[in-house]
Amino acid sequence: MTDYNFAYLDEQTKRMIRRALLKALAIPGYQVPFASREMPMPYGWGTGGVQVTASVLTPEDRLKVIDQGADDTTNAVSIRKFFEKTAQVATTTRTTEATVIQTRHRIPETPLGEDQILVYQVPIPEPLRFLEPRETETRRMHALEEYGLMHVKLYEDIARHGAIATAYAYPVKVAGRYVMDPSPIPKFDNPKLSDCPAIQLFGAGREQRIYALPPYTDVVSLDFEDHPFEASKAPHACALCGSGDSYLDEIVTDDAGGRMFLCSDTDYCESRHERGAA
Amino acid sequence: MRDALDGGFTDAAPDAARAFRAILTAMARPGQIARVTGATGPVPMSLAAAAVLLTLCDPTTPLHLAGRYDTDAIRAWVAFHIGAPLVGADSADFVLGDWADLLPLDRFRQGSPDYPDRSATLIVEMRELTAEGATLTGPGIRDSACLSLPDRAAFRDNATRFPLGVDFLFTAGDRVAALPRTTQVF
Repeated sequence: MTDYNFAYLDEQTKRMIRRALLKALAIPGYQVPFASREMPMPYGWGTGGVQVTASVLTPEDRLKVIDQGADDTTNAVSIRKFFEKTAQVATTTRTTEATVIQTRHRIPETPLGEDQILVYQVPIPEPLRFLEPRETETRRMHALEEYGLMHVKLYEDIARHGAIATAYAYPVKVAGRYVMDPSPIPKFDNPKLSDCPAIQLFGAGREQRIYALPPYTDVVSLDFEDHPFEASKAPHACALCGSGDSYLDEIVTDDAGGRMFLCSDTDYCESRHERGAA
Repeated sequence: MRDALDGGFTDAAPDAARAFRAILTAMARPGQIARVTGATGPVPMSLAAAAVLLTLCDPTTPLHLAGRYDTDAIRAWVAFHIGAPLVGADSADFVLGDWADLLPLDRFRQGSPDYPDRSATLIVEMRELTAEGATLTGPGIRDSACLSLPDRAAFRDNATRFPLGVDFLFTAGDRVAALPRTTQVF
């Protein structure tokens, strides 16, 4: 007898979330409302992702949790411990060994496989929310496929800055129909959303929405013919592993302008480091 | 007649978790056949259909039993294990039946333009389920997949309603496969 039901949530809650997940997969990119529960952590700490993870986990899974690419930050460590305690599942920091990966704001550098599920923590699921605050209106805009406003926003970026300035949570169109917020991943990660072999699930706890990308789904970042989408990153190589094509964090090292660029994906960086040292 | 009290999951939380993972995989990868076990319903219900009902249905999901699945034994089993209200075709979230008893499909909830998720999921009992027959393409499928569907025209019509429409789970023995409304059938 354990102190918690398997994976914390009660069975009725899991059934409700599981039904939402199936409809989310059936209508890729559409935000399915669900009755988000209070979790033993504050909203904004990944309650949506945690509820989705709790509903897909099986006792045989091996869970990895990352926060901005790192396995060792507070949010990632707490969520990993939460599931070690409530679901007794194995955990790992290796992308290749994980069957379920919960992520905050990154997609791992190592390509995902068909036997993996990526669960995103989502703060604001509605891509049109900052353009139109009324839920009744954004819902109607999705129904009518009325996404002109989003293009106006991107155009205003170009008019003001000379380029599309949106650097994260860059809007995408899923399977030619719904415009979706990919959560605040850097736009560097956007190309990995498309045609991904893994199942991608998105959970927004405070906003009570679940959405999904089935594997091998066409996901296009919105752009213009004369201003095509560009996946950008800092023009440096990682100071630790030397990788020239991974997403980098900028770290200020002193008060004299010293800077270091390091891989944001700690597992990717460590694996390269180990291989290099061996 | 089987006892209505028998046939539920032995260990509800992990059994339902494993069954859901199989169903999730099936819905995410149309045409892929997964195994679901752990539950037994009254005849003629398949093992897979029993596990699907126990995993997804509860007192908040109206259920429609079509054709030969509308028996006293199944009603009693559903009442004890699931508690789903039994309703007519037009107000059901979940439907269980043979393909012949499910047509025409427009009797079922199709969702609305604002809420396309408020649509029925049809659990179609099949004699067998194999990776041959109709060719499938669409989200979740790398190039194309094959599945022994009971029909083609009805699924094509359903896909043209996207983002409205119903979604299908096919069950045979302990096997389950799925066909969401996004899948193109040839």
